[in-house]
Amino acid sequence: MSSPSKLVLSLTIATTLIAPALAYDFGRPATPDEIKLWDIDVRPDGKGLPEGRGTVANGKEVFAENCAACHGEAGVGGIKDRLVGGAGTLSSDKPVKTVGSYWPHATTLFDYIHRAMPYTSPGSLNVDDTYAVTAYILSLNGIIPADGKLDKASLPQVKMPNRDGFIPDPEFDPARLFREK
Amino acid sequence: MAIDGLITIPMSSRPQETIDTLETEARATNETGTAGVPRTLSRRGFIAASTGLAGSVVAGHAAADSLADVPPREPGADLSSHSERSKYVKIDRVPEAGPGMRNVDPDNAINAKTPHQKLVGNITPTDLHYERSHAGVPDIDPAQHRLLIHGMVQKPLVFSVDDLKAMPSVSRVVFIECTGNGWENWKKADPDLTVQHTHGLISTNEWTGVSLKFLIDLVGKERGSNWMLAEGGDGAGVDRSIPLTDEILSEAFVAYGQNGEPLRPAHGFPMRLIMPGFEGNLNIKWLRRLKFGDQPWMTRWETARYTQLLADGKARQFQLRMETNSVITQPSGMMEIRPGYNRITGFAWSGHGKIAKVEVSTDGTKSWKVAQLNYPVLPKAQTRFQIDWDWDGKPTKIVSRATDDKGNLQPDRASFIARNGTNALFHYSAQQTWSIDEAGRVRNVLA
Repeated sequence: MSSPSKLVLSLTIATTLIAPALAYDFGRPATPDEIKLWDIDVRPDGKGLPEGRGTVANGKEVFAENCAACHGEAGVGGIKDRLVGGAGTLSSDKPVKTVGSYWPHATTLFDYIHRAMPYTSPGSLNVDDTYAVTAYILSLNGIIPADGKLDKASLPQVKMPNRDGFIPDPEFDPARLFREK
Repeated sequence: MAIDGLITIPMSSRPQETIDTLETEARATNETGTAGVPRTLSRRGFIAASTGLAGSVVAGHAAADSLADVPPREPGADLSSHSERSKYVKIDRVPEAGPGMRNVDPDNAINAKTPHQKLVGNITPTDLHYERSHAGVPDIDPAQHRLLIHGMVQKPLVFSVDDLKAMPSVSRVVFIECTGNGWENWKKADPDLTVQHTHGLISTNEWTGVSLKFLIDLVGKERGSNWMLAEGGDGAGVDRSIPLTDEILSEAFVAYGQNGEPLRPAHGFPMRLIMPGFEGNLNIKWLRRLKFGDQPWMTRWETARYTQLLADGKARQFQLRMETNSVITQPSGMMEIRPGYNRITGFAWSGHGKIAKVEVSTDGTKSWKVAQLNYPVLPKAQTRFQIDWDWDGKPTKIVSRATDDKGNLQPDRASFIARNGTNALFHYSAQQTWSIDEAGRVRNVLA
């Protein structure tokens, strides 16, 4: 190998090494405090759940005030999604998919209420009220007792009736996807 | 009856309906309000005349059949800052609230469907690109929009729209398809549906932005982080877990441009994720957060919503790729044809790659002919096909089926339903059949 091509080679390596340094100029570092403001997602294992607690009884009041207008007084009969009932209908010609009959994870209910509800002012419920209304909807479905309560530790322990009702597509099965290599 | 102009005019009053989109537009204008206005000589009229069908059939529109009848040239309208569609062209999306809930109050609409029966070529006009929005269309000032990338990364970063525009860009023509496309026909086929109703939840645009890989390199994604949560800045904060396969890492990008201009608000202004070949709802609009992790988050959208209920009551989850599919758009539902020459055209697409072949049957799937594909044939984009047909005037059914370059063949309805049941709601990709009766009326049927 002649020295000019060695030179080209080392220039190429140098350029490659320099590239990330140039790229540093795009965007700015995110601070931990501002990340906390947006980092709202909750996983089935409870990761992401905030500190707080709520009771079914409390949730009934929160629901009446914020949710019943669209979802019906007890989560049935409203103009928007039905939240309660439907057990045993999933293989019928008219399946009724609700939190009780279909949703596989209780954590998803908390996450969704927290991020997206009430529709007209998403994110307006505080953390305790979100735990409370989650508890109330689960109790309406007979998943937790009427005198029940939820917090960061107990919510991920709730076993949903349709927990095992899902079959991952073979191509994107999370249990296998990145483990076969 | 007039739910959206042209396509709902009772066929009995429009004996001259044809498969020529542009002429159909002119005629519809005549029939919906400007009766008696001369229409120009169309190619279709010429063909009809030259094949001896003229007499009775085109007589009603004979005003400009002589060149002498074509209005004289004259100075036109003033030039303007941007050009509008011709007043003779009536072409709109159809807002919808769910299967069978069409032309609802805009308050209640959850999507708006593309009028494929009136479109030509492969690119959907920007304002007619289908839309599915889960909490309306947010009003976002780009100066105040930020994209946060964090999670399992070495260096969490915040980007503005200008930051993205300063980066090396990629452009790509791809289809985006709502998983609800085709959902009208799971259990029954309403005979009064057009192809806009049956297949209006797919469109193809050119999108421009920054490759996901480039952004990942900036933040330094950690090994073992194989899933990415993408979240929108809409009221619902729609979020999906995306597996970072090699294919997705090399093809996904964050777009700020749509057909050469900034994204339209309905399509994610000022930035959205583009996931070529995958479920429409993964192409997160109004993108404001990408978070890296080691497992899916099981969001509402990937558990309670975009999962497909099978006949046994179990649901298929993470069925992320859109299927090999096709549909005939001309002639299609609620049109009317005449015996003799008819050109059949439509489009095919596949989330697996390029369309390799489209076959058309004009005898209810007893026999198939290979259709011509219009270039360019791009991977994961709508591909136009066409074929000539001489209709003998007898009742029949016309069907198309696509094969992609990975060898996937679009299934017939019977085998599709056998595999998926009728409750899945999403990912309908069975062959679309249009029946034609002795009067030439084209109608939606299951098979």
